[in-house]
Amino acid sequence: MTVKDIFETMEWGPAPESDGEAQAWLDARERRFGLFIDGHWTEPGETFESRNPGNGEVLAHVTQAGADEVDAAVRAARRAQPKWAGLSGHQRARFLYALARLVQKHARLFAVLETLDNGKPIRESRDIDVPLVARHFYYHAGMAQLQDAELPDRGALGVAGQIIPWNFPLLMLAWKVAPAIAMGNTVVLKPAEYTSLTALLFAEICTEAGLPRGVVNIVTGDGQVGAAITAHEDIDKIAFTGSTEVGRIIRKATAGTGKSLTLELGGKSPYIVFDDADIDSAIEGLVDAIWFNQGQVCCAGSRLLVQEGIADRFHAKLKARMAKLRIGDPLDKSIDVGALVDPVQLDSVTRMVEAGKGAGEIYQTPCTLPNRGCYYPPTLITGLAPSDTLMQEEIFGPVLVATTFRTPAEAVEIANNTRYGLAATVWSENINLALDVAPKLAAGVVWINTTNAFDAAAGFGGVRESGFGREGGWEGLLAYTKPKGKTRPLSPITAFPAPAQAKVDELDRTAKLYIGGKQVRPDGGYSRAIWSPKGALLGHAGLANRKDARNAVEAARAATGWAKASAHLRAQVIYYIAENLAARAEEFASRINRMTGKRGGAAEVEKSVERLFTYAAWADKLDGAAKPVPLRGTALAMNEPVGVIAAFCPDEAPLLGLVSLMAPAIAMGNRVVLAASQPFPLAATDFYQLLDTSDVPPGVVNILTGFHNDLAGTLAGHLDVDAVWAQSGADISSLVEHESAGNLKRTWVNNARSRDWFGAEGEGREFLHHATEVKTTWIPWGE
Amino acid sequence: MQRESDASVTNRSADMQLPQTIEARNPGMALDMDWVMSAQANTSAIERRAGSIGARRSLKKDHQAAWLLKAITMIDLTTLAGDDTPGRVRRLCAKARQPVRPDLLDALGVGPITTGAICVYHEMVPTAVEALVGSGIPVAAVSTGFPAGLSPYRLRIMEIGESVKAGAREIDIVISRRHVLTGDWQALYDEVREMRRECGDAHIKTILATGELGSLRNVARASLVCMMAGADFIKTSTGKESVNATLPVSLVMMRAIRDYFERTGIRIGYKPAGGISKAKDALVYLALLKEELGDDWLTPHLFRFGASSLLGDIERQLEHHVTGQYSALWRHAMG
Repeated sequence: MTVKDIFETMEWGPAPESDGEAQAWLDARERRFGLFIDGHWTEPGETFESRNPGNGEVLAHVTQAGADEVDAAVRAARRAQPKWAGLSGHQRARFLYALARLVQKHARLFAVLETLDNGKPIRESRDIDVPLVARHFYYHAGMAQLQDAELPDRGALGVAGQIIPWNFPLLMLAWKVAPAIAMGNTVVLKPAEYTSLTALLFAEICTEAGLPRGVVNIVTGDGQVGAAITAHEDIDKIAFTGSTEVGRIIRKATAGTGKSLTLELGGKSPYIVFDDADIDSAIEGLVDAIWFNQGQVCCAGSRLLVQEGIADRFHAKLKARMAKLRIGDPLDKSIDVGALVDPVQLDSVTRMVEAGKGAGEIYQTPCTLPNRGCYYPPTLITGLAPSDTLMQEEIFGPVLVATTFRTPAEAVEIANNTRYGLAATVWSENINLALDVAPKLAAGVVWINTTNAFDAAAGFGGVRESGFGREGGWEGLLAYTKPKGKTRPLSPITAFPAPAQAKVDELDRTAKLYIGGKQVRPDGGYSRAIWSPKGALLGHAGLANRKDARNAVEAARAATGWAKASAHLRAQVIYYIAENLAARAEEFASRINRMTGKRGGAAEVEKSVERLFTYAAWADKLDGAAKPVPLRGTALAMNEPVGVIAAFCPDEAPLLGLVSLMAPAIAMGNRVVLAASQPFPLAATDFYQLLDTSDVPPGVVNILTGFHNDLAGTLAGHLDVDAVWAQSGADISSLVEHESAGNLKRTWVNNARSRDWFGAEGEGREFLHHATEVKTTWIPWGE
Repeated sequence: MQRESDASVTNRSADMQLPQTIEARNPGMALDMDWVMSAQANTSAIERRAGSIGARRSLKKDHQAAWLLKAITMIDLTTLAGDDTPGRVRRLCAKARQPVRPDLLDALGVGPITTGAICVYHEMVPTAVEALVGSGIPVAAVSTGFPAGLSPYRLRIMEIGESVKAGAREIDIVISRRHVLTGDWQALYDEVREMRRECGDAHIKTILATGELGSLRNVARASLVCMMAGADFIKTSTGKESVNATLPVSLVMMRAIRDYFERTGIRIGYKPAGGISKAKDALVYLALLKEELGDDWLTPHLFRFGASSLLGDIERQLEHHVTGQYSALWRHAMG
């Protein structure tokens, strides 16, 4: 085409980014890579091909690590860890700062290499991924700097095994590595098999930064390498980003091992457009939501919900916008949609859309796809219902599915009608509407009038089957630190046996289960006699079974008002419980003494009253945060209740243990199902009478008595329970973690370790952290 | 621009025409307040889009040169200074006739081109008309008490007639910003409609003075009202406000134009003015135009730059394209 032709047609032309430097970098390494272990490169071993999905060409041969090499990497990390953690925060900050600077200095090489390896448009790797990577290291250099002063009570976990996905290879590396090493951990990181190259370049800049050897180790390979990391006995923490399916496998594999775990998994995030929205902007937002990175984004706004009255016009405008999208060579600067990561992914997307055909109406960007490479046209499927498979399953490609709603309440209902809960987007020019809807959405991140906004200062992560844990911000550091307090092995307490000669002096008292504000007999009709050490019959406690557990969860789920109640009201109720407990202190003290045969009853009651005061105090004081994100506006980190928490109370402090778990949970707006101290359940059954007289709404606190081992499987496996706390004297940690994989609920287990319930470690922020989810709501503003 | 008898402002359906190469004039329509009030403009989202368009659409080599040549044909070469004289205006008109050095055009293989128009104050109209005889280049006159639009209403209307009589084929009127700021959309509509009537065959560009409207939402609504009242073009600024054409404002106005087209089938022109002085900026505006409004708008009939120094920068870029060497301003004839 001549200039004159173009002058007439005004066509776009090619705007290729050169890949010369990146290819030269690969050539200089003979396109063969070993593993980066203990600061050194191993000889390339058995290798696999890394291909450019944009044209199918082989870029390099990357080593498939074996179990021995994973072990070597873990040993190197273990050796390096104490010294690394022993550095001052400032000394570590200097290394992170150097890494940030080096990412910036090699920014274009990283970007081009990423695009070659992954297929994402160069504009995205250059303008979004790599700058966010640098930002993440800068931010966490600051966290290392402030650690000594701001986090004096928390220390490194140890060695972190990190397994990252192929959709944002370098960015996910940064999200994993930066907070981990900032806090004094060392890491063994496995990039995704499709996309190892930028991680290998990152290994080189670790050397350039002078990072002590062993602090960052990078092992490449397929899922077997991930499995070897997950199974390795000397790893303290697993951080995984990837599919919900693999996340579930990892949850089960790490159950009972004592490994700390965070999972950032899939999503089917709703994108809600109200009729008062700036429609053109909402449509442009969709380009950033579902056609960003070919839709291969865990938090992609992939489910479009448009208010019915504007739906036709909205869809027409959306199709017109889609027609303008440019698909092609990812290295072209003017491409909107590049290549999917691999033929396998292309096949998966193609098959899902094919299988879903018949429901809804399909529109695709009219375009000619390149002959070679993994390309899929931007696709919109309108007229779907929530019951259609494509509305429920994550497609992980450039495919947007759509339905309509009538009212804000229905929008929320449809939005939450999903197993996932990663992100959500809301478009409305009405601040009342937007800020009303945002807290109601089951999601870890909500974007109001924007979408796919990310920053190191703002927490990112999900609820439900989108995983648990946050990355970014202060909340992200919880995933890489632990309280410095010491725990000790749990010594099991067995209930006192029935005496040969029973002493029964008192009038029979019937302890029941407490479900939905009512005292109910155990479904199974079995009870257990509770004996004092001296052989006195203290009473009977019901043996709760599966159905009792189910009923308790249903009652808790139904008590929705509690989460909406004001923090002030919740505080008042908890104070009231304390007041009533104090009034009956002697009775409770005597009960505890008689059950345990000790004399600590009075002190335990007093401490329980104090602990209730603690959480009544906290109820309205666990402030959220307004994050200084690079945006005219803010990102609010708000603490929301987790939902329904099942808590197994410790054996040794029958009243204080129960109060220590119940109070933080209900203070934060959760509803609880408590399994009382197994050997000494009668303090709990006395306690429900207090609840009855303290204005605790029915269903907010439910109390079961019985065998923890029997209840743990049911409650941890229950798909309508949001979290399980296992602080039991029974060894149920492994069971709880394993069964939690069903809906990937959060767990907090003691791993057969005990804490001093009377001391400082028996209360405080650690408990509140487990009782809350941080929801990050992005609110740009400007008129 | 095409001359055509003035269609009276009637209901839009009466004068609907199929799209054609030379645009049908906008007959206007009754003021539709529901439509006006439903217009929204989310500033942050608009800024995000405006901020990324430059990086999303890059033009290189021959494409860049061709697009820059096109940009030249869209320039309303402008002088609006108190010290304008006939000599100064004649010099500018000569530049409009031959905006690029012939050797560069030859090298690029593109025939003679001219700028889109010459834009002057009323007193300079006769000089400009005379200087442009035979060139086909229209003269645009700024009018209606430009730039503030606060002279007596009767005189503002009369000023249009005078300029048309003097030979101006395009009239750039300024709206009464106070009507927007007080939400008196009816008054704005009535004003523009009367001005449109006074323009007769001359095309009317309505200058919103977006830098003084307070919000992008007001820009969107004022754009719609002006189009409903019969504007042929909507234009951002006089060049005299402290903030003139910006990409976010342009995005809002282009989207209003698109909305108007979707509902009426009538294409309205767009003219960003003031502050666009670099070739690179011009390319970003054209990229936004192609993306938001489409190829139909990539013509001087529907898009103009109100600019005085932009041409010089484009000439330098064109010489760079031809020779491979960076150019200097003094190598290109001044206007």
